[in-house]
Amino acid sequence: MRIAILGFGSVGRGIARVIQEKDPGITVTGLADSRSGIMDPEGIDLPAALDRKEKKGLCGDRQVSPLNVVDGAEYDALVEVSPTRIDDGEPATTHIVHALSRGKHVVTSNKGPIALAHRRLHALAVSHGVQLRYEATVCGAIPVLHILQHDLLGNQVQALHGVMNGTCNFILTRMEDEGLTYDQALAEAREMGYAEADPTYDVKGIDAALKLVILANTVWDLGVTLDDVEITGIDLITPEAIRLACDRETTIRLIAEAIPEKGLLRVSPRIIPQGHPLLVEGTLNAVTLHTDLAGELTFIGKGAGSVETASAVIGDLLYLGEHHAGAH
Amino acid sequence: MRASMKLEMKDTPGQLVSVLTPISECGGNIIAVIHQRDPDSDSGVLDVQIVLDLPEGRLDDLVGQIKRRGVTITRIGKERLFLQRSLLMIGHIMHTDISDTVDQIDRTGYAEVSELSLVMPAINERSSARITLKTATATDMNKAVALLRKVSAAKEILIVEPLEECG
Ligand SMILES: NC(=O)c1ccc[n+]([C@@H]2O[C@H](COP(=O)([O-])OP(=O)(O)OC[C@H]3O[C@@H](n4cnc5c(N)ncnc54)[C@H](OP(=O)(O)O)[C@@H]3O)[C@@H](O)[C@H]2O)c1
Repeated sequence: MRIAILGFGSVGRGIARVIQEKDPGITVTGLADSRSGIMDPEGIDLPAALDRKEKKGLCGDRQVSPLNVVDGAEYDALVEVSPTRIDDGEPATTHIVHALSRGKHVVTSNKGPIALAHRRLHALAVSHGVQLRYEATVCGAIPVLHILQHDLLGNQVQALHGVMNGTCNFILTRMEDEGLTYDQALAEAREMGYAEADPTYDVKGIDAALKLVILANTVWDLGVTLDDVEITGIDLITPEAIRLACDRETTIRLIAEAIPEKGLLRVSPRIIPQGHPLLVEGTLNAVTLHTDLAGELTFIGKGAGSVETASAVIGDLLYLGEHHAGAH
Repeated sequence: MRASMKLEMKDTPGQLVSVLTPISECGGNIIAVIHQRDPDSDSGVLDVQIVLDLPEGRLDDLVGQIKRRGVTITRIGKERLFLQRSLLMIGHIMHTDISDTVDQIDRTGYAEVSELSLVMPAINERSSARITLKTATATDMNKAVALLRKVSAAKEILIVEPLEECG
């Protein structure tokens, strides 16, 4: 299978490294970062591209734009791994629209286009007879979308709950374990590379809400947006509140929750009992699915990281290779 | 309504059953039966404690029926509100009149604040509290939590609720 990778940051490079090390039968014929691009129908030399990126900050030629690669490279699937922008989902949405319109599959880790334009993009994919897959957008390495779409066939999913933001979970874990204040725990998260310079998007619950929107639209086709989610972040949580929770053998975690029957879509800090299946430590993610036949299922795994996210992207690609080969 | 009763009855076969029958006839639901047989006593008397849920207004009827069967009721405890839920509050809890917040819950008639633990780390800093609400039914509990949320929102106090999962 031939792919073009749009975005050569943590995730894009993780994908390149996995392809290089494991040789899963994937050839990269197009590659772009914010300021350069490269195309080669025979396959781009990945070690050289990784090296160029590290030394010069560019993966390819300045004359080649990302959109040139989307429109011009010869590939079966576009891998869209550029930064998430929640205001308009661009430029990723345009990349995806162009690729689908060319009759190419799309695999993405970018939450913007999926949270904002899932219905439109899905319809476009269907009309061109191709697939749009986005396992990496939710819960990192946990293959929750695959489980929902393929492994739970015949089940009705009634509700889902999850710890979907590793940064928040890390901060709350440290506040609980060490009695740190929110600011101290956030500073530590930054130092460890778990929080961005501007952590707003994570700590205000927006990132978790985007994932909830993506899940809700995928499972129930609700057609909801970020505005439909009731969102409370963790930035006002005090160590004293966590201690009061701990006195009762409970603690606090940021929980994303969807119960369509009650019209409930909510991200908020919640009290959960010690020993609860969703109570994971550090940057881990966890998600519980409530189903009519299989009952309650909980999955735990790494919520982010270069190779972990690459795992979800490669999984989607190999799935396409097996089930939807022979795209145009 | 939840009630608990201490009964004294003859330690003979069939006595206990003769007490349990009227409970179910009154629409009651037995939660626990605790025997307190004193091994050294050979008084022939059995002490039993029964915890039960009973529809409102049936207690007097039940007491009458039990007495008619020759069983002595030594104590009746009524617990009207037995559903509990603890929540956390974070904000300027004292300065926004906590007694008013508690009053608003207590005044509803269907909910009570049964516990409040407050931690104030320093003057002018936000304080944290654990508040426990009691009600008779789940519907009342949801109403009480909604009210606490509303009152707290107006006072800019964050409420952290327990995760109540659906089945
Ligand atoms: N990191 C994770 O663990 C993780 C997990 C799940 C999902 N995601 C999502 O995956 C995506 C990538 O994340 P990341 O951590 O790899 O981000 P990153 O390290 O910031 O890398 C982003 C890459 O995209 C490139 N880029 C920026 N604008 C572009 C454009 N217009 N066209 C093409 N490329 C462009 C950047 O170019 P330059 O190199 O020139 O700046 C950079 O190479 C994001 O949407 C993120 O939300 C990440």
